[in-house]
Amino acid sequence: MSKSAPVRTPTDLTSSVAGGIGASPQRPDGNLKVRGEFAYASDLWHEDMIWGATLRSPHPYARIRSIDITEALKVPGVYAVLTHSDVPGKNLYGLEHPDQPVLAVDVVRYQGEPVALVGADHPETARRAMERIAVDYEVLEPVVDMEDAAHGRGTPLHPGGNLVRHVPIRHGDQQVTAEVVVTGEYEVGMQDQAFLGPESGLAVPGEDGGIDLYVATQWLHVDQKQVAQALGLPLDKVRLTLSGVGGAFGGREDLSMQVHASLLALHTGKPVKMVYNRLESFYGHVHRHPAKLYYEHGADRDGRLVYVKCRIYLDGGAYASSTPAVVANAATLGVGPYDVPNATVDCWGVYTNNPPCGAMRGFGAVQAGFAYESQMDKLAAAVGLDPVEVRIRNAMHEGSLMPTGQVVDSAAPVAELLRRVKDKPLPPVNRTEPVDIREMPGGASNTTHGEGVVRGIGYAVGIKNVCFSEGYDDFSTARVRVQVIGGELSALAHTAACEVGQGLVTIMQQIVRTELGVERVTIAPMDTTIGNGGSTSASRQTYVTGGAVRSACQTVRGRLFELAARKLGVDAVGLSLHGGKLVSDLHGVLADLVDVLGDDVVDETVEWRHRATESLDPVTGQGNAHVQYGFAAHRAVVDVDVELGLVKVVELDCAQDVGKALNPEAVLGQIQGGSAQGLGLAVMEEIQTSGGKIRNPSFTDYLIPTVLDMPPMSIDVLELADPHAPYGIRGVGEPPTISSTPAIVAAIRAATGLALTRAPVRPEHITGT
Amino acid sequence: MRVNVTINGDQRQADDVWEGESLLYMLRERLGLPGSKNACEQGECGSCTVYLDDVPVCACLVAAGQCQGREVRTVEGLAAGDDLDPVQRSFVEAGAVQCGFCTPGLVVAAHDLLRRVPEPSDPEIREALAGNLCRCTGYEKILDAVRLAATRQASGAEAR
Repeated sequence: MSKSAPVRTPTDLTSSVAGGIGASPQRPDGNLKVRGEFAYASDLWHEDMIWGATLRSPHPYARIRSIDITEALKVPGVYAVLTHSDVPGKNLYGLEHPDQPVLAVDVVRYQGEPVALVGADHPETARRAMERIAVDYEVLEPVVDMEDAAHGRGTPLHPGGNLVRHVPIRHGDQQVTAEVVVTGEYEVGMQDQAFLGPESGLAVPGEDGGIDLYVATQWLHVDQKQVAQALGLPLDKVRLTLSGVGGAFGGREDLSMQVHASLLALHTGKPVKMVYNRLESFYGHVHRHPAKLYYEHGADRDGRLVYVKCRIYLDGGAYASSTPAVVANAATLGVGPYDVPNATVDCWGVYTNNPPCGAMRGFGAVQAGFAYESQMDKLAAAVGLDPVEVRIRNAMHEGSLMPTGQVVDSAAPVAELLRRVKDKPLPPVNRTEPVDIREMPGGASNTTHGEGVVRGIGYAVGIKNVCFSEGYDDFSTARVRVQVIGGELSALAHTAACEVGQGLVTIMQQIVRTELGVERVTIAPMDTTIGNGGSTSASRQTYVTGGAVRSACQTVRGRLFELAARKLGVDAVGLSLHGGKLVSDLHGVLADLVDVLGDDVVDETVEWRHRATESLDPVTGQGNAHVQYGFAAHRAVVDVDVELGLVKVVELDCAQDVGKALNPEAVLGQIQGGSAQGLGLAVMEEIQTSGGKIRNPSFTDYLIPTVLDMPPMSIDVLELADPHAPYGIRGVGEPPTISSTPAIVAAIRAATGLALTRAPVRPEHITGT
Repeated sequence: MRVNVTINGDQRQADDVWEGESLLYMLRERLGLPGSKNACEQGECGSCTVYLDDVPVCACLVAAGQCQGREVRTVEGLAAGDDLDPVQRSFVEAGAVQCGFCTPGLVVAAHDLLRRVPEPSDPEIREALAGNLCRCTGYEKILDAVRLAATRQASGAEAR
């Protein structure tokens, strides 16, 4: 029996819009997206498919005494009800430590942990069946305090205790003292990625006993490995194809429905579709680690830093996910983009019964950034300096030493970025009648015409590492094929690197056009028939997959020159490609590439790696752990209604160095979007928990910025090439998310005179009520 | 139950519709029109915005059965064949599309705005799109797209 293919699976992106690197061509998937025809993972459909659903724990911490599925199986339309005993392979998975069960066995460690699965003919049937699964829980007292967890207090939730990782950094003189000392304690709330396309996918059982999985993810090959282990299948029987991804921001690095849908498909022999709704999505992916941070900055009377001491706690929740790497980032970037001669940093990531936390845009650098930038403002006040001046006096530059001992060996224009945002014109004050209330805090709700409204200005700058760190073998695989199709020169680029909305597909086309002079470039669907593309995270895909595509093009070009040399009898040295023509340094245009190629096909696959990094010394935290550093600075202007505690961000300006803007418009899009997420963390976004339970798992209660909340932005993009990176690029996506939050909170402090040590700032923090 | 509904000008029929199903589910899962998006399914994000009898609604908040005998126009019904609607074209050209999951709802909402207010001010655009969440773009290029579409429609109208 041959299985029919699913409907609305990914297709080649062929839309051909001219433009090499440095131009801003339109997205090849843009027309499909505006027409509503782009195939997202939740749009998949298959003849004869059934729906999968997940029963989740209502308790943050409980022992499972028994699970009775008898009544659920009796519901008409139900095909399967599965529990942990139906997991054929290893019932543990995880990005760095396999510690998370596919389905809970005898204990649940967070509210929302998957316990059982139902496959049914309709989502409503599945829901009704789930109501009839009887799980007998012995509810336990949850562990919710991250500092207790870090220091061995409270119930151990995993065999090794509750400490996931501690990273110490000892840099310079540990006994040094300073004339001016400022201290602070800070908190950062749990932020959600809130990507709009919910976790979704379709699993189709294969004739060979394997599985074809169509999903929205950030890393196909790491999913493949984890799914195969859980299913007890060899890798080649687990085939993944990337479906349309509706945003990611780190929230799709961990598995969600991948194994669950596959289990149901293999068990029932039917294609299984799973789509989370928004409520389930809040339980279905990891979040940004909430943090508690203790800082002490020592400086001389001129505001020059003498030392920084800090202790950072990150709550990883029930399972490790990427907590170890987040801890390393928060620690190594913990003093910010400053020359700090002496540093004592300790960062702990822990297990608790709070929701699991892992990757989100900024990845550890965000939490530290809020604290060290708040400290720099305190230091400015203590020494009587302007907040920008104190930052510029301490600004890191190329050649500076990180607290890890790593030399920053490409552009680090921290002072320049700060000067640029400071020198921008300020927006006018909206106080003269008639006031446009839509531009006031509270907006059209008509809460003020300017009474009680105070303006404030704040600054911040941040640092983020780009690519995978600490000795990880971080590479990408790209295949480029050139041939003549219908008399026209055509190229195809194929990788497994996930397009999640950021525009990698556009960048890949641009690189091929620039390297090969071929206008018609098709992007093949991303899947596991090709080698690992690495993760779409750490601002790394343009760097690493871009590097791989460029490298594959260079190999293809060499092959084309060999072909030309053989066919035309010329020397392969001194040849180049321009606009589909083969050009010789000495003789000018030699031939059309179409004629040189004829029926030949040149098809090359390469793996490409960035330069190697080192692990951190476990005692001193020393080591060349990072590949590249990215920097951005923000200035925020806010109006605060101090009577109601409402904040209107009036303007949010940014300067960022991107090395080389391969696609300048896409760079702006990343800076605008990243800044908006930072704005969300500053004034509204927090998953609020109580006793380990999420209080606001909906877009009604978890607020993300709307078009009314996000102000106009003036953006300066610097292009100071990194000689170590392809085309000189510097990862773009994350730096703007780091400095946006502290700049806005600094502006609110400037307006109100309040200390405001916690992000997000809530109205009651301003009104004191 | 059976639902008869006109969608993008075509008479359509859906059978075996469960009474609790939304218009969004019927469109996406029964009628092969997944363009309207399922981002929150609770009326907060606007990603499923469609016209119901020419009035924009969140398709997730409308019961499928409520659409019996009525007219629905979805994002799939905005373009004339290969010719994109000016709003659609402007979204692509202005770089207002990243992941694109919010795009169908925003395109319909912007389309509706420009029918009512051909030359909207920025505050008017912001109010009109305040019910549509986007997580990727920070909205700047969406504003650019709506301004561009307004200009384009104005010049198109003059040409006629």
